[in-house]
Amino acid sequence: MKKLIQQLTEEFGPSGYEAPVRDLIKSLIVRHVDEVRVDAMGNLIARKKAVPQNGIASRRIMLAAHMDEIGVMISYIDDKAFLRFTPIGGVFPSTLLGSRVVFTDGSVGVIGREKPDHPDELPSISKMFIDVGAKDREHLTRKVGDPATFTRPFVDIGERLVAKAFDDRIGCAILIQSILNNTVSPHEVYYVFTVQEEVGLRGAVTSAYGVEPDVAIAVDITLTGDTPEAQPMAVALGAGPAIKVKDRGMLAHPAVKDWLVDTAKRLGIPYQLEVLEMGTTDAMAIQTSRAGVAAGVISIATRYAHTPSEMIDFADVQGAVSLIDGLLGAGLPF
Amino acid sequence: MSLRELSEAFGPSGNEAAVRQIVLERIRPFVDEYRIDSIGNLIALKRGTGQSSRKVMVAAHMDEVGLMIVQVDRGGYLRFRPIGGIDPRVLLAKKVLIGDQRIPGVIGVKPVHLLDSKARQQVMKVEDLSIDIGTMGEDDSGRAVKVGDYAVFDTHYEELGPASRTVKGKALDDRAGCAVLIELLRDRQAYDVYGVFTVQEEVGLRGARVAAYSIAPDAAFVLEGTICDDLPKDKDQSPTTKLGDGPAITVMDRSFIANQSLVQLLLRTAEQNGIPCQLKQPGLGGTDAGAIHLSREGVPSVAVAVPVRYLHSPVSLLSLDDLDNTIRLMRLALPEVSSLSLAH
Repeated sequence: MKKLIQQLTEEFGPSGYEAPVRDLIKSLIVRHVDEVRVDAMGNLIARKKAVPQNGIASRRIMLAAHMDEIGVMISYIDDKAFLRFTPIGGVFPSTLLGSRVVFTDGSVGVIGREKPDHPDELPSISKMFIDVGAKDREHLTRKVGDPATFTRPFVDIGERLVAKAFDDRIGCAILIQSILNNTVSPHEVYYVFTVQEEVGLRGAVTSAYGVEPDVAIAVDITLTGDTPEAQPMAVALGAGPAIKVKDRGMLAHPAVKDWLVDTAKRLGIPYQLEVLEMGTTDAMAIQTSRAGVAAGVISIATRYAHTPSEMIDFADVQGAVSLIDGLLGAGLPF
Repeated sequence: MSLRELSEAFGPSGNEAAVRQIVLERIRPFVDEYRIDSIGNLIALKRGTGQSSRKVMVAAHMDEVGLMIVQVDRGGYLRFRPIGGIDPRVLLAKKVLIGDQRIPGVIGVKPVHLLDSKARQQVMKVEDLSIDIGTMGEDDSGRAVKVGDYAVFDTHYEELGPASRTVKGKALDDRAGCAVLIELLRDRQAYDVYGVFTVQEEVGLRGARVAAYSIAPDAAFVLEGTICDDLPKDKDQSPTTKLGDGPAITVMDRSFIANQSLVQLLLRTAEQNGIPCQLKQPGLGGTDAGAIHLSREGVPSVAVAVPVRYLHSPVSLLSLDDLDNTIRLMRLALPEVSSLSLAH
């Protein structure tokens, strides 16, 4: 599974430009599901038929993980071929300096900064630029509107993994692994790989409308409170998949949350409960689709989220896969 | 061209009836059907020839930023709040028209003689401003104006001079788009075109949301008047768009990421036909496309805009060349949509 994770995290896919990630995922799952389609927004929607079991009510379950990652877009090119840029999603200016970005054609640029007015001034994005090493504008192939992402190789440091875009390629990896595990489910399961989560849960809005699920679970990352002087938060790397109670955008459906907790207990999977003060996930948009959807979230604790060096614990990932297999294999308690 | 009439029409968000009436009179001779939905959108259908089963929505918003009266005070002055995004600095000493009777008023300002040096440095808050309609007290004002009445800037449309094709008017955001859409509805396409003149864009894309739901289009074009900040120039950052450089195409703004096939179609059409066009600087502003592209299972969308200087103020400027080129570009691009692949 680590190979799969590496492949996914190193792929290019800022919000709105997820095609390379979508193509990769499609190639990995297409032979293992009953139907695959791509909707107008670009969401990849895979369906596995229910295998009826006596005494178990079949439900339509939507599992969602987003393919997109944060990035930048060229907004202006100056006379000397330096590129000004605008963020795609929640980009922290403080992590940009010294970063490298990569464009769709694989070419790389580095991020530089104007001289600060004061030595300790925090950098602002409007005072930064991308330098692609062009001698002048005539030698520049980039255009306004070109998207880019951060580039950084995946590193396996044993129990822990470091990469860009674990948010949310790790969710994609978990869903793919669940498909490959081929759990027999009495439920009709839609695996939805969404687009444009980082700019406002936009892919989830349209895919939830199209899928019209009874129950939905988003698989995404969450923050942790386990680093020096961190904002207090009872989530840590290695303590198991986190089961969301609430975040800034949603309250998990209590019955879904209990279903996740009880399933983890039944299977002996370590888990932790998550209350996130910042941020939200696709589950927020899915929850209010059409007449409403019972929704919950499985989160992977992630340090340094939205930086090019996010860190996760591999056991948490394996636990999340086992938890999903357990959920799909049995009847729902509600 | 009906831009003068459209610009001078009274139409703040939620009170677009006068604009709708003007648009309706213009389009009635050449559209096949029209209806006004429950929120007030004017939805016109120009049937296709039947060669394509697609439905394409082309939208422009009728509403403009304005004011609403919230209190008639004891002196007969009218307290108000903005409708949509208005910089309070543009309000002082401006002429306005209030309510169904279009009662003229001015937003009062303290004479410079009475301002101390500190006050001269400060921006008045909207809450501290009032409209003076020249009455002598609460009773007189109360007979003429009611709480909840709307007001808009009182600005005459003008051509700025023989040396340019630049015009001045209020509400060019988005009466420019309305003017473009009226012209486009003359053309019959292979597919059904839904020309939608939306309401309440300035307060949250509200009309577009319900119109897109009812139409369920296969693709959408949003026609706009957009930010043009080419004067004065910020170092290495502006302009968002440039006056005179042609229609501005959105790649990404705060409300949506444009469909790449539609962006390419517009750029290709402009290049092949020698029509000037520009990309709007990514990351700024938002349009009805933000609501339309998320409707139902998603709608491939793009926004095309006429650059407008000083928008959301009493005096916005646009170039009639840009307006004409927007019509030309759209007129040439729309027929291509019937055979365009929109799949990812």
